[in-house]
Amino acid sequence: MADVATQPGNMAGTSSRRGFLHRLFLHNLSAKVAAIPMIATVLVIFVGCTVWTIYYSFTSSKLLPKNTFVGFDQYARLFGTNRWNISITNLLLYGSMSLVLTLTLGFLLAVLMDQKIRFESAFRTIMLYPFALSFIVTGLVWQWIMNPTLGLQGTLRNMGWTGFTFDWISNPRMVLFALLIAGLWQGVGFCMILMLAGLRGVDEEIWKAARVDGIPTWRTYISVVLPMMRGVLVTAVVIIGSGIVRLYDLVVALTNGGPGISSEVPAKYVYDYMFGGGNIGQGLAASTMMLLSVMIIMIPWAYLEFGGKGRR
Amino acid sequence: MKKFAVVAMMATALLGSTSSYAADLEVTHWWTSAGEAAAVAEFARVFEEETGNKWIDSALAGSGTGANPVIISRIIGGDPMGATQMNTGRDAEELIQAGLMRDLTDVVADMDIDSFYVDQTLLEPCRYEGGLYCLPVNIHSWDWLWLSTKAYEKIGQPVPKDWNEYVASWPALQEAGILPFGLASGWPINGIPGVLMSAIGGEDLVFKINRDKDVEAVRSPEFRKVADALDQIRSVVSPETMVPSFGDVGTQLIEGTAAGNIHGDWLQGDLQVAGAVPGKDYECLPALGLGNKLTGGGDSFYFPQLPEGTDPAVIEAQAQLARILISPEAQLAFNMKKGSMPIRTDIDLAQANPCMQKALGLLKNGLLPSGDFSLSSDTQKQLEDLNLEFINDDSITVDDYIERYASIIESAD
Repeated sequence: MADVATQPGNMAGTSSRRGFLHRLFLHNLSAKVAAIPMIATVLVIFVGCTVWTIYYSFTSSKLLPKNTFVGFDQYARLFGTNRWNISITNLLLYGSMSLVLTLTLGFLLAVLMDQKIRFESAFRTIMLYPFALSFIVTGLVWQWIMNPTLGLQGTLRNMGWTGFTFDWISNPRMVLFALLIAGLWQGVGFCMILMLAGLRGVDEEIWKAARVDGIPTWRTYISVVLPMMRGVLVTAVVIIGSGIVRLYDLVVALTNGGPGISSEVPAKYVYDYMFGGGNIGQGLAASTMMLLSVMIIMIPWAYLEFGGKGRR
Repeated sequence: MKKFAVVAMMATALLGSTSSYAADLEVTHWWTSAGEAAAVAEFARVFEEETGNKWIDSALAGSGTGANPVIISRIIGGDPMGATQMNTGRDAEELIQAGLMRDLTDVVADMDIDSFYVDQTLLEPCRYEGGLYCLPVNIHSWDWLWLSTKAYEKIGQPVPKDWNEYVASWPALQEAGILPFGLASGWPINGIPGVLMSAIGGEDLVFKINRDKDVEAVRSPEFRKVADALDQIRSVVSPETMVPSFGDVGTQLIEGTAAGNIHGDWLQGDLQVAGAVPGKDYECLPALGLGNKLTGGGDSFYFPQLPEGTDPAVIEAQAQLARILISPEAQLAFNMKKGSMPIRTDIDLAQANPCMQKALGLLKNGLLPSGDFSLSSDTQKQLEDLNLEFINDDSITVDDYIERYASIIESAD
């Protein structure tokens, strides 16, 4: 009796499961085969390494990974360390200033470039040129310029302007702005190009309509064109944002964390403790915190962007 | 010899045997500056001349911070080199514990190394569970106070004879517009607290803090003196007066724009390249003129355990190299070029300059183990961060410094 009763149910289950599996694996087979390398990469490298990182951040691993669990000890030490706390504060300050300024300056330059000026491509090349240099080169160049005795300050003082002071790089309170200058110099050009592409994508008809309605140009840019550039803006924010979180080489080349530890950043802490200090556990705990901070920003954004079914 | 090796190689190749031809041995190190490269070439020369084997030189850039991780990851990753240089200390301790390094006990068994090593503490980091896993090849010491003769001529005072006289001369120097303490930005600050600890705090303090991890010793009046001395240095250095590299401090000393500097003995190499003469252009005070022992670190050679199926000739070459590195001939040739002190007591260093002679005199009293020996690289890194912060931030009091130092020592392993 029981057998009879359960059989149809089973059959239905199998057949629908078979249909589901069929759809999952065989539908559009060639596309799925083509995607296998990508899926494997994502699973092994991104997901796998992330899991590995988080797992070992709870162990007392030193030079070699060990399976001795110590709970949240590594995290307790991390947040009890002055250098880490300074690193986070620095990243927050640098990050917010850098994001806002890069976007604003990038947009402004793009608007100026959009005024049908002469030699546009020459200007574009010049503005984009710093982006072709690595952060290491950028950092070294600005290190020389901002060095109090050898750079701008020294030169102007030697020329007679003895009261001139530009010692941000050796001033713990101003060193972040020194980083910011170099970072902006390198990054604004790229943001400008992105924005310019966005501006060029706006239909000429919209401009004509705005002109007919008698809307001032600045108003059209802010209220009409800017909202239409949403896709470009999102791209720019993601690119600039990821650049900020992994900020490392610029700091190493420009200040090496100094003066003292006043311009340290999280990525440098991770590297220094993992390789210099031979403490994998500590380094991984720090990198897990970096991942967490990225997630806190990315998940709500991704939810808004891709989660709602109705909007796109 | 070489000809014989070639003939032997051809003969054995014909016979299809692999027992006795010249082997290639890859050696990694980070001796890349001019003087260092010349020194390591001496090792290679002696090795090739005496054994007929080939020294494959793999110099890595970036010294302890850049090259060390590369060496370690190659060994961990299963691509070990034949031999490698590393700093004497605890950097390779986990590699030894994991069985990745070759035990050299049998290799040097008949050499009676205990009899000629300057100090047994040098070998301590190499020993693990009765085995011997590395061979120190030289001694470097941080414990030097370098003083500019010219700066003291300017202020009309005799060159100080010890640290206390030196500190007492600072106001006069500052009045004359001379930098009392020249300092390069970055890592050169790392060595200074250790020097102050051994010279001002004394031998007992070093052992209590570094070896026994005694927190009470950190809170003791002896350590407070050390912290006060660091505080004094802090009062005369500032980020604006720091120069990019330690070589620049050497230039400042020769020019007389800075009066003094605490830095390791390798600074002397730069001073000599610049043509300065000890006693005339600069003075050197080992152990700050206070102590009678030097803190000794230096470099060691490690021989990674080679994977199975490695040519026995290469494994034999490892053993040959190990014996040659500590032989009197190689030691003399190497250390004269490197400017470091040899690890053997039985070498005639009559040509050494006055500063090196002073060092050799102090060596007879034995060595103090450097921080590298007793503290893990993790703990050292934490102390470096603390010192760097303290030197640059005047708002950290000496009390804060001592407390934070104590908490690092407390959690040290």
